[in-house]
Amino acid sequence: MAIDTDKNSYTIIFAIVMVLVVGSILAGLASGLKPLVDANKRFEKQQNILYAMGINANEGTSDVAFISTDKVEDEFTSTITKQYVIEGTKVSEDSEAYLIDIKKEEAKAKDPSYTRKLPLFEGEKDGQPIYVIPIRGKGLWDAIWGFVAVDKSMTVQGVFFDHAGETPGLGAEIKQRYFMDDFAGEHLLNDAGVYGGINVAKGNADPKNERKDDNAVDAIAGATITGDGVTAMIKKDLKMYVPYFKTLN
Amino acid sequence: MGLLSKKDSKLILDPLADNNPITIQVLGICSALAITAQLKPSIVMAISVVFVLSVGNVVISLMRNIIPSKIRIIVQLIVVATLVIIVDQVLKAFAYSLSKELSVFIGLIITNCIIMGRFEAFALANKPWPSFLDGIGNAAGYGLILIIVGFFRELLGSGTLFGFKVLGDSVEKTGLYAIGYENNGFMVLPPMALIVVGLIIWVQRSRNKELIED
Repeated sequence: MAIDTDKNSYTIIFAIVMVLVVGSILAGLASGLKPLVDANKRFEKQQNILYAMGINANEGTSDVAFISTDKVEDEFTSTITKQYVIEGTKVSEDSEAYLIDIKKEEAKAKDPSYTRKLPLFEGEKDGQPIYVIPIRGKGLWDAIWGFVAVDKSMTVQGVFFDHAGETPGLGAEIKQRYFMDDFAGEHLLNDAGVYGGINVAKGNADPKNERKDDNAVDAIAGATITGDGVTAMIKKDLKMYVPYFKTLN
Repeated sequence: MGLLSKKDSKLILDPLADNNPITIQVLGICSALAITAQLKPSIVMAISVVFVLSVGNVVISLMRNIIPSKIRIIVQLIVVATLVIIVDQVLKAFAYSLSKELSVFIGLIITNCIIMGRFEAFALANKPWPSFLDGIGNAAGYGLILIIVGFFRELLGSGTLFGFKVLGDSVEKTGLYAIGYENNGFMVLPPMALIVVGLIIWVQRSRNKELIED
């Protein structure tokens, strides 16, 4: 007997069964894979922090290369000697500060009674302490984020940027080496010690970015809004750490 | 007799040229504009669409006699979305770095009109095996155009292929740049994808007059 697929009752039952089947397949898959996905995300964060510090597998002018996933956990614990959480003027050590979700912190900070937790990672390179600061902002289509490694005087030692959905070939280029490498050596504070951030500047008559004290790096042609987003997130997020760095010097 | 009958191989070969989903049926243009600024995402998108379209076609074909016609479009959408989420999740768990590069494009597959078009036009009326072949053929025809467009856009727009500088260094002025060549910035912008697709259509129709509509 052929089923009457035009009947309303059949349509409703079909829809319900379909949703249940698809829902359970996807829910099962997602919860089964969750431990793997979470571990991948944690490794990625560690790789990114280490990348900003200059610990990576880059060779010559190759693409961005991280240290391999199986080594990252050990390398992270041996390189990042201290992790801090800054709350207002209180600074405390926390070995899992890197797991703080700065997106959630930003949302909570909208409530004026909440003191935002700012994670900060300290490592050592060539005998000098290096501090890595996470930042987060908006690009053209979606979120952009990154890590900035600075020394005590807030001179940039290295950066790492990433994005959720910028245009390939345009805004997505912020995670290319030619763009990120430009930031190394830039000063975040100007001569008078006032915080100036770094502008992603168009028509910066310095395409190879040889001048490091102008608080500007060369923009990516055609990616104005992503570039402005990078400028804005550096300005907004790194500024919150300035009081802490003032106490260091 | 080979693996495929004459009718079966026609299902695969037709969409590659004379019934290409992009250049003849003019479907799937939106994703062709969005992702072809570079060669690598174009290739990855092509592979993902081959998977989603061939498996999706089989699923829809298996269910063709029990799908209520009133909600068939929604059922098709659910099948595409489910397959796309599965691809995305599996990549996230087992090939994380690859999945990060693809995430946007994988999501874009849901909105690809070729997939809905093939479900509606072919899988709903045919048995699973021909539907599978039809899916492979159409996705490959789509992927072929994507790869051609991606190749020209990346080469002329950025002077690179797969990120390697094949035309020399534009800052140091080596290779082609030494004799005055400049990267064509227009090529990385979406409208140029449409123009490249237009040129492919022009070439194809001037070689095969039967394709020209009156």
